[in-house]
Formats: sequence, structure tokens, C-alpha cells
Amino acid sequence: MTTVTDQATTTLKKGFVGQSIPRKEDKRLVQGLGTFFDDVRRHGMGYVHFVRSPYGHAKIVSIDVSKALELDGVYGTITGDEVAIQTDPFFEMSVEPGGNIKDYALAVGRVRHMGEPVAAVCAATRELARDAADMVEVEYDALPVLTDSEEAFKDEVVLHDDAGSNVVWSGVFDWGDVDQALAEADHVVKIERLHFHRFSSTPLECAGALVEYDRGTGEWTLTCNHQMPGVGAIWMAPALRVGIDKLRFVTHDIGGGFGNKICLHPQYVVLCLMARKLARPVQWTEWRTDQHTANAHGNERTFLDVEVAVKADGEMTGFKVRALDDCGAFPRYEPLGCIIWAQVTPGLYAWRNIRVDFTQVCTNKSPVSPNRGYSRMQHLWLTERIIDVVASELGFDPVELRKKNYVKTEQMPYETPNGCVYDSGDYAAALDLALELIDHGSIEARRKDAEARGKLLGFGIGSTLDSGTNNFGQSTLLNPDLQFSGNNEAAAVKLDIFGEVVVTLGTVPQGQGHETTAAQVVADILGCTPDQVNVRRGHDTWFNSHAGFSGTYASQFAFTGLGAVKGAAELLRDEMVKLAAFVLQAPEEAIELAEGFARIKDGPEEAALPFMALGAIVNANNAFLPPDFNPTLNHRYVCRPYFGMVDTEKKTGQLTLTYATQIHAAVVEVDPETGVVDLVDYAAVDDCGVRINPQIVEGQVHGATAHAIGAALSEEFVYDEEGTLLTSNFYDYHVPHALDMPPLKTGAMESPSPVAPLGAKGMGEGGGGGIHCICAAIQDALASAGKAIVYDSCNPPHRVWSMLQDPEATRANVSVTSR
Amino acid sequence: MAGPARSRTISLDVNGEQIEYDVPARRLLVHFLRDDLGLTGTHVGCDTGNCGACTVHLNGEPVKSCMLLAVQADGAGITTVEGLAQDGELTALQQAFNAHHALQCGYCTPGMLMSATALLSKNPSPSEEDVRIAIQGNICRCTGYVNIVEAVVAAGKGT
Repeated sequence: MTTVTDQATTTLKKGFVGQSIPRKEDKRLVQGLGTFFDDVRRHGMGYVHFVRSPYGHAKIVSIDVSKALELDGVYGTITGDEVAIQTDPFFEMSVEPGGNIKDYALAVGRVRHMGEPVAAVCAATRELARDAADMVEVEYDALPVLTDSEEAFKDEVVLHDDAGSNVVWSGVFDWGDVDQALAEADHVVKIERLHFHRFSSTPLECAGALVEYDRGTGEWTLTCNHQMPGVGAIWMAPALRVGIDKLRFVTHDIGGGFGNKICLHPQYVVLCLMARKLARPVQWTEWRTDQHTANAHGNERTFLDVEVAVKADGEMTGFKVRALDDCGAFPRYEPLGCIIWAQVTPGLYAWRNIRVDFTQVCTNKSPVSPNRGYSRMQHLWLTERIIDVVASELGFDPVELRKKNYVKTEQMPYETPNGCVYDSGDYAAALDLALELIDHGSIEARRKDAEARGKLLGFGIGSTLDSGTNNFGQSTLLNPDLQFSGNNEAAAVKLDIFGEVVVTLGTVPQGQGHETTAAQVVADILGCTPDQVNVRRGHDTWFNSHAGFSGTYASQFAFTGLGAVKGAAELLRDEMVKLAAFVLQAPEEAIELAEGFARIKDGPEEAALPFMALGAIVNANNAFLPPDFNPTLNHRYVCRPYFGMVDTEKKTGQLTLTYATQIHAAVVEVDPETGVVDLVDYAAVDDCGVRINPQIVEGQVHGATAHAIGAALSEEFVYDEEGTLLTSNFYDYHVPHALDMPPLKTGAMESPSPVAPLGAKGMGEGGGGGIHCICAAIQDALASAGKAIVYDSCNPPHRVWSMLQDPEATRANVSVTSR
Repeated sequence: MAGPARSRTISLDVNGEQIEYDVPARRLLVHFLRDDLGLTGTHVGCDTGNCGACTVHLNGEPVKSCMLLAVQADGAGITTVEGLAQDGELTALQQAFNAHHALQCGYCTPGMLMSATALLSKNPSPSEEDVRIAIQGNICRCTGYVNIVEAVVAAGKGT
């Protein structure tokens, strides 16, 4: 069910933009004719398998590859010693101490998490490579293991001697005057500890690449599924001691990413070394168990000593918190997560006084990488927990408390205490729509009905923002020496010789339907149909249509990706008009592009040139064009949004440009005997401004919601005290199956972005709302059974059961001081 | 003394084509289909038989081809996703997947189609619940299953 409420008039709905046209990508994919990297073969290709650490933390005493090399069909090996000689450590983004960490493509001298690659073996078949890897003998000397961030913070055991501390980065963000706000508050609500757990979106296609080395030119071609090749190359080229021009990234179809395919540079560097060493193409496909143990977890974050300032009428004026982020064994993309959350500092609320004392530490767990909702989701979960804990402890209605504290639509565009600008939205209206979808008025009756059946019913709301289009200048708030700022994305649009419209993207889609939405935008500008627009699949560095930050991440395609497509298409349109005017001997104003023709408006039938004529004139029949008129019909455009510079002293600035809203609402029934949570009703309302293709937007809402439901109820990377991951495959790490999903109701609103080229906001990452609302609903359900406080973002039956058994243990976390 | 055979010649029908192939005894059916026959539409998403991306039909029944050795398919008839459309004409189910936006990245799609095709062959008008049961062994990480279920139900009704 979709309910649409238009918040403002959108002017773009006359054409293909705004229509749910079926996707162009699907025809090949439903026939099994997509091309994923593992489908690509090369003559003489070798298969790579990594030898991985079974220890959470250990010294490497020795590595002996001789038995592996004796096997027929084994082509070669690489160990950490070779990596240490042939490459430099990856560039670290942090200041000291984290900046001193040395991170190589393979473990050098020491392993710091279970599954860390210590050697690689290449052989003629997948099976043989795996056998040979088992024959590599590694002697380890076990070291004490750290799996808890609060323990790591004590530095009694230190993972990285070069850093001398487990702290990667720490800093205090202080906006407004939180001490005064707390002093003037009628109530101060304290929460000692909240924990946002470790999980990841686990794309169904694991990571990997086919890497070829050209000995003549010294160039590598990586046919791969990296979702951020621009930045991947920035990591890899200096480590390999080559220019960035030596790395060609090629992607085709990608089987999901969700951020988990951003930090693939360590494995890719090993593949580059192997391809060069063996002078043959090499291929690596990650196994699922390896994906879970050693690729990309989402950031785990513990919130300590939360204090919230609340007025008697429920107005909240701010909060302070200590945040302890656990990035696992190596920072990789971190410490960016130490600032990304600040894009949504006050959540959806008009809180002006906020202090966050943020520290990130290393532990003996898998490194993290961005994961759908990256870093903002953790912080927004905190803001939503604050609302529901305050509501529960002070007796406010969670709906009314939200509405009282939400930023109001008439305040838009709204500047947050740290200088971010919420561009548009109507949070209260979105909440009302969610309440309507879930029939909020019937909750108490349903609660009674559940009670009669021996169940505890609970209702919860999750408000969330999806901030899109990063300003990479925010990295300078972590490290002023970093030379990053702004953002960019490129696209090229050309008219080919037989009139074909060909679009090349710099983005790296993994299911978001870029081929379709880009074709919709181009078709409207050039006056043709999306079927006539060929959007090339995937990314290829050699297309020369990428920019430094190219990729598909951080909810920005709708802005930068389509902004680049629009810009390039408009350049092409203008040139086509100019060319037609010249050929038809008419003023440019008289020319229109429509129905695949450039023609004189209201002119005779023959005063029309098909696209084919324009393409042929420029490309093949151009002798009559005058020397001072040189159309190319081939245009590249870079969308470079304006941000201004950030203030590194005050830690303020425009960190991102668009803010899509999602309000989720859930009704759960908890079985008090078992702690099993049953989702019985669910609604998600999305407002991402202009929807280029509403069906694709709704699909993103469904998918993000499923991720949230999995994360809230079952998906958790659990480590034992020895650093062994206990949930390393889909048996133990339960993702939602078809029978686990509740019926989803969706609603849509459109508050066009005043800053985005098409009024459209990035929107794929709003699913965190699901985690927030399920936590709230469980807390509501437990209210009549001891009033436990939900303190963890993941609530599988055993945790809910514990809260039912001992609610006081959770309540001891919370206190209220009233004046 | 000779050890157990390390390879064996198998004979099977794949998408209507009779094939004879000498395969290593240890090779999984999914790797035989993908690496030896080049039928790369069948995907691998896990190493534990959970995800169902590798689902094919063996004598008309849906099976996870990562849970079978290629030699176990000796004498059988196999249909993969490449065998669904005839002469480029998509099946009603494939068309419904497109119309209902039942796929995003497309990685689970071949397995979903094979499970759902098997369902429709036995139960031409399945309910939503029937569909959810039939695809419970197929994991999708993009769609939340909403539009997949809708597409299969619609294909069943022939809409």
C-alpha cells in the first residue's frame, strides 16, 4: 500500500521523471544474463585463496609455504614478508595515535583478528587453491585478546605498537551550552549505557576481483565489485608505489554493496602483487564465511553517561554523551565514522545544546567499513532512545513528545547547532501518515486483545534522517592536514553516428537502478524515450567519465550522479539545437527536441532532423560545417556541489546537502514465556523530495526496512572471549527470510529539495528507522512487565527474555533528577 | 593399489541439451554449471546451503546446486535460469519480476525464479503464504521480499 502526499508542487512530472517505469536492467538479470565479476573468465587464470588467522590476536612466528608449492597446479604464494617489501602501508586518515597504525595488505608479524589474511595461494582451480592454502603452515604465538571497547580504552593490551594506544581518534564536539541547558532544566534524565551492536548488511554477492597485469605498460585491470573505485585507487596506488593511472577499475553488475564493498583495497593489493608475480590473470571470490569474519562489519558504538535536559512541558534543550566507537582491528575507512554522525547531530529535533565526547578504539574484531546508514544510524538510534526513555520515565506520550521537539516544517531550511542545513521536510506530517497507516487509534484495543492471548503488545516510532551528498571537507574536522573537501561525480552523454544516445556514468550501481533513472532524466531533456537511451552498465576507469569521489555510496546518486547526467544531457541538447538550427537555417529559439527529432516548432514536417541525421553529420558527414563551428555531440559534465569550507575550530559547516526523512512505526507482540518478538504491523513513510522513479524509491524503503528488522531482532556479530566470531555464516547469523518479514505498509511524501538539481534527495539509507521503532515497541511492550529499558539495538529472544526476568538490571541504567 | 576415482564421466541433460563431461569427483554441481559449462546465471551466495542463489531444477524439483556434487547429477535433467525463457520470450514469471520491481541487484533473482517456477508448476495460483513458504530457502538482501512475493502471486493469477 502506498499513500502519497504531495507537499509541494513538482514541476518535473510531465515527462518520464516521476514515473514508475520498469527497470532497463531487469531483462538481462531475469534471464541469468547479467555479468557479475565471478562470471568473467580469462585464459590461464589462477584462483586465489587466502590463508587466514584462526586467532583473534597472535604473533606470527613463521610461515612455511613449501608444501603448498609442491602440489601440481599451484602457481605461487604471497606472504606478509613479501607485502612488507613490495608495498607501503595504506594511507591512514587519522591524526596520532591512530595515524601511526601500519596497515598492510597481509598481516606482517602479527594477526589482530580472526580471519585476517596472512598469506595467499594461487592455483589452477578453486578447489586446489583451497587445498593448498590448508597446507601452508603458520606457527602462531597467542596474545591476550581484546573484544570489548571499554577494555580496549584502558590500553592494558595494545593492538598496534606503532600507535602505542588502542585509541584511533578522540575529540570533543561542543555546540551551544549544554551545561547551562542541564542547569536550567526541570528534569535531567541520565542513561548510563546504551549499546549499538555490530552487524552488517551482508550483500548476497561476496567481494572479489579478477586482476590482470600488463607487463608492457605496468597497468593493472581490476574487473571487480568495488563500490567506490575512486577512493579505492587513492588507497591502492601509493601502497603499490604507482600512479593512479596504473589502476583500471571495471565493474559490471554488482550483487549488492550497502557500503560493505568499499574497503576491499587490502585484498585487491594482494591480487595485484600476485598477478604481477605470476604473470597471469588471477581471480579471488570471497567465501561467505570470510565475508562475515574479515571483510566489513558496521561500526559498534557504546554510549556512556548520557544526560538529557528536559523542561517541564517536555521541551528538550539538549544532551551530552560519551561515545565509544569500536572499529575493529584496523581503521581503514575510519576514523570518518567519528564525524559522519555529525551530519545529523540533533536528529530530527530542535535541540540547540549538544556535547559529544567521541573516542574510537581498535579491538581484536573484524575491521569495520561503511554500512547502510553509516555512523548516522548509530547516532540517530541514540536520539530516538533518548526520546523513548525520557517519555517512559517522565510519563510523556512518545508521539506528542516527538512532535513537540521535531524541527518544524516552517523552520525549513533549518540550520543545526553545528552548521548543517536540513533542506526540507515535514516530520510531523510524516509521523501522522505513519500513524494513520498503522491505525494508531486502535493500539489500546489491540493491546487488550493481545493480553487476552497472553502476549505483550507494544507500539514504537522510529524517526530517522538519511543525509545525502557528503562534504568530504568534514574529514578535516578529524585531521586538519587532510586535503579533501567537497564532492563530485561525473557523467558523459553523447549522440552516436546512427543517432544512439549513450550515457556513461561514474557511479557504481549495485541494484539501485541507475540505468533506468539516468535514462528517464536524459529522455526528458533530449525529447526521446528511456528505451532510446543506452546507459552503459557499470564503471570503467578508461571511459574517462569518473571523478575523484566517484562511486555509489552515501545517498548521493540522486544529487551528484543525476546532477552530472542532467548537466551532460543539457550540454548535448544545446549543441543538438545549435546544429539543427544551422542545418535547418532557423533561429535556435525555433528548434525543439521531441519524439526523437530536432525540429522547427510548429514547422512543416520536413523541417525535422532525426537524431540519426545529427549524429551522422557530426561524426561522418561534416565537410560542410564551417571551421568556427565544431560540435562534438559528446559531453562530459562534473556535478560539483557548493558547500563552502568547514570551520575546524568550531567543528561546524555544511557536512552534507540533502536530508530525506523516514518515519517508521511498528507494532510488536512479545511472548513473555520465551522473549520471542513478533512483528504484527509495520509502516514506513519516506520523504525524499522528488521521486525520479517511485517504484524504485519504494523498493529501497522495503530493502532498508528488511535490513533494520534483521538488525533489530537477530543479526549480530558475536565474539567469544578468545576473539572467535560465533556468527560466521547464514546459519548462525540469521538474516530475514520471506517468512520473517511482516506485511509492510509504505507511505510517501514529496518535499522537494531546494538545493538538489532535480529536487531529489538520496534516500537508500533510511532503514535505521526500523531499528529505532522496534526497540521502542519492545520497550512499550515490556512496560507492563517490569518496565525494562531497552539498552541494546539488537533484541533477539534471549535478550528480551533477560529483560523480562530482570527488568531492574536495565532500569538501574536510568535515573531522573527533577527540580 | 588404485585409490578411488578422482574423476568420472557424467551424462546429463542441461536446458534441453545432452551433455557428456569428465568432471572431478569433488566438483560441486554449481561450479560445474558455472565454470565448466559457462552457465553463469546460477549464483553462489554462501558456503553453507542457506541462501538459495544456486537453485536449479533437477528432474523438475528445485535443488540447491551447491549442496550436490556434479556426479550426483549423472543421468538427470537440469534446468537453470538460462533455460526458462524460450527463444528470447520471457516467461510470465520473469515478466512479472520486471513489472513488479521484484529485483534490485539481481543476484538472488535466478534462484528465486527457479524456486518460484517450481511452485507455480505445482500450484498455478499460489497465495502469498504459499509463495513465502516456497521461497523461504532463498535469501534476498535488497527487496525485503515484498515485491518478489507480489510478482509470484501476480504471475500465478496470470496478471
